[in-house]
Amino acid sequence: MPDLAEIAAFRFAYGLPAAPGQAEAGALLAGLRGPDLMAQAWPAHGTAEILPHLRDFKAAREARKAAGEDAKAAKAATKAERRAVKATKALGLTAAQAGFARAIDSETPLRERLVAFWADHFTVTPRNRTQNAWPSALVEEAIRPTLTAPFATMLQAVVLHPAMLIYLDQVNSLGPNSRRGEKRGKGLNENLAREILELHTLGVGAAYTQDDVREMAELLTGLTFVPERGYAFDAARVEPGDDQVLGVTYGGEGVAPILRALTDLAVRPETARHLAGKLAVHFVSDAPDPALVAVVEAEWLRTGGDLAAVVAALLSQPAAWAQEAQKARQPFDFMVAALRALGVTGAQVMALPEQDFLALVLDPLAGMGQPWQMAPGPDGWKEEAEAWITPQGMAARIDWALAVPEKLMATLPEARGLVARALGSRAEAGLVWAVGASESQREAVGLVLASPAFNRR
Amino acid sequence: MDRRGFLRGFGSIACSAAAHPFLSTVTLAQGAPALGENRLIVVILRGAMDGLDVVQPRFDPAYAGLRPGLAASPALALGAGDWQMHGALEGLLPLWQAGELGFVHATSTPYRDKRSHFDGQDMLEAGTGADVPLGAVRDGWLNRMMQALPGVRAETAYAVGRDELKILSGVAEVRNWAPDQELALSAQGRLLLEHVAHDDPLFRDAVAEALALTQGGMMGMAEGGEAGGVAQLVDFVAGHLAGETRIAAFSLTGWDTHKGQGNALRRPLSRLQEVILRMKAQLGPQVWGRTALLAMTEFGRTARENGSAGTDHGTGGLMVAAGGAVKGGQVLGPWPGLGEGALYEGRDLMPTSDARAWAAHAMAQLYGLDRAVLEQAVFPGLRAEGAGGLIL
Repeated sequence: MPDLAEIAAFRFAYGLPAAPGQAEAGALLAGLRGPDLMAQAWPAHGTAEILPHLRDFKAAREARKAAGEDAKAAKAATKAERRAVKATKALGLTAAQAGFARAIDSETPLRERLVAFWADHFTVTPRNRTQNAWPSALVEEAIRPTLTAPFATMLQAVVLHPAMLIYLDQVNSLGPNSRRGEKRGKGLNENLAREILELHTLGVGAAYTQDDVREMAELLTGLTFVPERGYAFDAARVEPGDDQVLGVTYGGEGVAPILRALTDLAVRPETARHLAGKLAVHFVSDAPDPALVAVVEAEWLRTGGDLAAVVAALLSQPAAWAQEAQKARQPFDFMVAALRALGVTGAQVMALPEQDFLALVLDPLAGMGQPWQMAPGPDGWKEEAEAWITPQGMAARIDWALAVPEKLMATLPEARGLVARALGSRAEAGLVWAVGASESQREAVGLVLASPAFNRR
Repeated sequence: MDRRGFLRGFGSIACSAAAHPFLSTVTLAQGAPALGENRLIVVILRGAMDGLDVVQPRFDPAYAGLRPGLAASPALALGAGDWQMHGALEGLLPLWQAGELGFVHATSTPYRDKRSHFDGQDMLEAGTGADVPLGAVRDGWLNRMMQALPGVRAETAYAVGRDELKILSGVAEVRNWAPDQELALSAQGRLLLEHVAHDDPLFRDAVAEALALTQGGMMGMAEGGEAGGVAQLVDFVAGHLAGETRIAAFSLTGWDTHKGQGNALRRPLSRLQEVILRMKAQLGPQVWGRTALLAMTEFGRTARENGSAGTDHGTGGLMVAAGGAVKGGQVLGPWPGLGEGALYEGRDLMPTSDARAWAAHAMAQLYGLDRAVLEQAVFPGLRAEGAGGLIL
């Protein structure tokens, strides 16, 4: 008889010990509908906290230019610039700690797993030293609040968020025939338009053309970001005229036609197929049962992309509850699962001084192949087990498992107890034997955390 | 946009290869009798390098008009038909003059129209044509070349770095590695780890290779600092090429210059220059004399500057070739021109040769692979024509 609580813990949470009551689909879904307790317990910043630092940075830049030959003024301006950069980086670091603390402490861990899924789907990464706080702000303001909303709501929140407008260069796109475009002789940047179609909605295999990308880019003109207010719609940047995307004509003033286009894209059959497949691949298997994908896709189409219904459809299928662990834990999931199994709490992670948090958590995460909020491109992290369970990836996991637990804990846990606590019924006889045969507690703990059973979900 | 090239984020390890976002993977294939003494290094330039800015057709009447900003910055005269090289590559001028640096212009894979980095890189590394759906071919052309050569010792091929390099993935086995792992386990711990991983083939193989790579102490750590990533990478590759290794592949990122290209392109170009110069120095004259380094990118960039002083995804691009085995001092490939009717879709440099044909030419010259093998096994469907004179 498969242990559903254990399957839920591995596949839809961060492993054992299981969060209380999170054993079947109904409870998991109920956990998504309640208040976002982890966001309250371990808060992170939003756009409003970032903007003052960006204004300071801009002012310092201008002061430095204005300083001219005045060396003292120039030095003061440079110092102010650095202070502003440091402040945004500090926001980002606190949010990173909160990201770990929430995943470790959550009693509704599927919420954190879905947040990670959508944050990956809508990947943004910092591209210069002033941008370190943006990825977490996108998660906080556009993803966490829309987890159970229609997908169109999430898509609109993401596309209109400064983090995305900056990351995919929308802030550099001007209608060539717009008032500003004509004045400055500048033009379109297609990056956001392309990735909305290729990555965020239809998928790269879908039947859209370069013309659709270009029309979408023209439609998106006007969306921008200013440090004074954050998101802004600037009519003087808008390319005049209607735009035709996938055969639908969008016209009218302001942001309304953009929102209409995003709503249409969110419910397209190609989008349903793309995201049903992506959800099944992420949560269940690198090669999911086509019937499972079909059910999720059908529910997406039936409900117009209602994300609560879509997740419910995924959880409704026996294939999603198969005993066999078909996925490899990605490095973040591995580390959170290890910290939970070891008994490290969110509060302990939050209390780590910056240098320790970097040395014990974020740097090793990069060594395992998943530098924090720095996916290699807007398509996010790879899914296949083979992308993570490499000699390099395993060496980094093993090194971390050997070195870090004893730095985080006053005393290492007794390894036999750890096997049961971390693996439950998945503790194979061979691992139990090897733990007993280890020369040191340190190596025994390392073996448990490096074992295939612990690294699969 | 500089998707991967910016040193950024929260990491604090500056000297570790694993922490360097621009350094993805090194792959090495150890020698076999069939490979002889010649060395081939393939560098994938991820992000789409703007070939028109790296080797500038200053002679083309349309050039300055298309790129008023970029064309205004000073460049280096190559003394060959008024081609000029980007100023960031000044350190490579002596190689050009010595005939150890050459270029192929207006070249590209058969990838067209969607201008997606990821698909473009997939096609570049898979070496497939437009007749094959993307993703249908899962192995890479360098791997298929290894398969075509008798006696390549697959068990001694390995990759150094962080992520998969598709160009060398395939039946011939490849290892991934970054030179900063230690696996501080006792002898007993190593045996137990093998035992624990034994029943899951994916883990068993990864663990076995990790143990093997940390056993011999073969990882020479280079000095730290920001440049440590490049130095470490090159020293590792050169160390192996000077020994029995004959083929190496790795990638450099940071070429996606959507805005402020005047500055944004200098960084990746400086890295590429450092890779080439340090490779030459570390290999020494004898090995460098038998080496061809080919740097290839997924596609070129728009002929026109965009609204943010950068360039967007385009089509025809540039291949960089360096090494003593290269017939340098020339810009190869028919020049299509930049006039209104000459551009691909009215926006991009028109490709006049298939980048795969140049890679095939290099393999034929270096390793004596015959045309049938290249057109059927390594690059299925390729007509290996129109490319020659790049390799001695």
